[in-house]
Amino acid sequence: MTISPSNVSLERRAWNIRRHAIRMGEVQGQGYIAQALDIADVLATAYFHAMRYEPQNPEWEGRDRFLLSNGHYAIALYAALIEAGIVPEDELETYGFDDSRLPMSGMASYTPGMEMSGGSLGLGLSIAVGKCLGLKRKGSDSRVYTLFSDGELDEGSVWEAIMSAAHYKLDNLIAIVDVNNQQADGPSTSMLGFEPLAEKLAAFNWFVQRVDGNDLGAVRAAFDAAKDANGGRPSMIIADTLMGKGIPFLEARDKNHFIRVDAHEWQLALAALDERKPA
Amino acid sequence: MKPATAHPAPAAKGADAPAKPRLTTSAMIASIAGEGQRTKPAPFGHALVECAKTDPSIVGMTADLGKYTDLHIFQQAFPDRYYQMGMAEQLLFGAASGLAAEGFTPFATTYAVFASRRAYDFIHQTIAEEDRNVKIVCALPGLTSGYGPSHQAAEDLALMRAIPNMTVIDPCDAHEIEQAVPAIVAHKGPVYMRLLRGQVPLVLDEYGYTFELGKAKMLRDGYEVLLISSGIMTMRALEAAKALEADRVDVGVLHVPTIKPLDTATLLEACAKPGRLVVVVENHTVIGGLGEAVAGLLMREGVHPAFRMIGLPDEFLAAGALPTLHDRYGISTDALCAQVKGWLK
Repeated sequence: MTISPSNVSLERRAWNIRRHAIRMGEVQGQGYIAQALDIADVLATAYFHAMRYEPQNPEWEGRDRFLLSNGHYAIALYAALIEAGIVPEDELETYGFDDSRLPMSGMASYTPGMEMSGGSLGLGLSIAVGKCLGLKRKGSDSRVYTLFSDGELDEGSVWEAIMSAAHYKLDNLIAIVDVNNQQADGPSTSMLGFEPLAEKLAAFNWFVQRVDGNDLGAVRAAFDAAKDANGGRPSMIIADTLMGKGIPFLEARDKNHFIRVDAHEWQLALAALDERKPA
Repeated sequence: MKPATAHPAPAAKGADAPAKPRLTTSAMIASIAGEGQRTKPAPFGHALVECAKTDPSIVGMTADLGKYTDLHIFQQAFPDRYYQMGMAEQLLFGAASGLAAEGFTPFATTYAVFASRRAYDFIHQTIAEEDRNVKIVCALPGLTSGYGPSHQAAEDLALMRAIPNMTVIDPCDAHEIEQAVPAIVAHKGPVYMRLLRGQVPLVLDEYGYTFELGKAKMLRDGYEVLLISSGIMTMRALEAAKALEADRVDVGVLHVPTIKPLDTATLLEACAKPGRLVVVVENHTVIGGLGEAVAGLLMREGVHPAFRMIGLPDEFLAAGALPTLHDRYGISTDALCAQVKGWLK
């Protein structure tokens, strides 16, 4: 069983995800909001176009798995899980507070729909390799979607997993790397250069697509091709994204890993978003 | 800085010095069995095959050390349930977590140094924190390689017992490994088990011993000295107890194969017997292993016997032949006897 077909557009899903995320940021007065805004289009496509799941039964065996390797993007995934009906919307008021199911960094045991404990960067793809091997062993046609960040490309373990996924021809793996070109100490490409990334990954025997991660049409087409045209290889979607996407004053702000948002600006951000509400 | 004792200068040869046999560096696959000792081949591999015959969830995984961890026995029996992950330990344990999340019971093998040191965060986060049912089985525990610190896992137990959710086992011999494998299959949750591979000594069958997860067992009682030990040091402790018996010293041996969780009740009862010197003997650095675990327990519970620890020094250990190194670092049977006798004077 899959989620019910919906008349809600992907544009509106992405807008809703951004809105849930900003509300969580306001509740806690902090959060990786610039990343949540940049990845909202990818998450909307994953949860409302590509993936198979049952909102009321997040551990349904037939689901597609979604691994959040970059645990600090939890605010974005919670927003998607809320939009998907896996986490109740009113729970966003608890974000980051003691005893919440929505801690600042994503962990498997806290949140329905959270499949791994991220945060220590570079773990997700290795776990994904094991889950893909396990699903194939079970004869399952479920897929494993794994989101990670361009900064994680610095981690050697990511390349171990990239080699392994190709070695085992894990065509049930769809990885998405968020290239917003920002990590803790500065622009990712100035930390430890990873370009030309698409060519590198293709040489590693992956099916590689590079898209504007904030162009919903392009992202949707990339998810479709990753499923249907991967040539028996693991798929990598390189999503070039804009931090703060959808909120002009955040898009224009000096780029930073943990972008500063003053207390009064959360309402300004919501207002800016509301002005751009899609149908 | 290198410790001064790691590389002693060769002694000048006197003209009349008796010729000693030159021992070669102990090979990676060297057996720790003494000459003439009864052994069994590859007890881990064969026990795992037996379990896997009835438990289809079991899979085997390794990072380029299948043959060196006896997992090749499993590979031969179940080739399609065996995953060679390449020389990539972080991947090995992350992927083991993923397979466990999908309902499988991965036995992931490598050397103890690579699991406990190189892949520590992967074990900590993807296996222990997520409470995945992964069995980590590692060869060359403590000082069982002559290759120097790169292969000597002197601190593996300290690292592993510090991780929440982790069960830690240090088996003594082939008899115990055969029994421990089905026991850790039955236990749901992450396990770190030290492995003895190849021709593995057979000792505990003579003591009517049965492995029980979480249980310490008194192998022989004695009123003057109690040796508390795990792993191969239990074999040495039993040998030392016999040797000391000949010198009219009455020595008991309490075997503690489960390092975590500790069998606190048995330990406290055994250590509370008055007038007995308690000596913890471990194939591990004296920092953070069984010795300090027992010492902490006794302090917390107000049980204060005369207490000593025998273990590897806080040094990077030397390369060379294992008999030489075990003598030098005080964990050979002769060294055990000498230390105990010294403390009894």
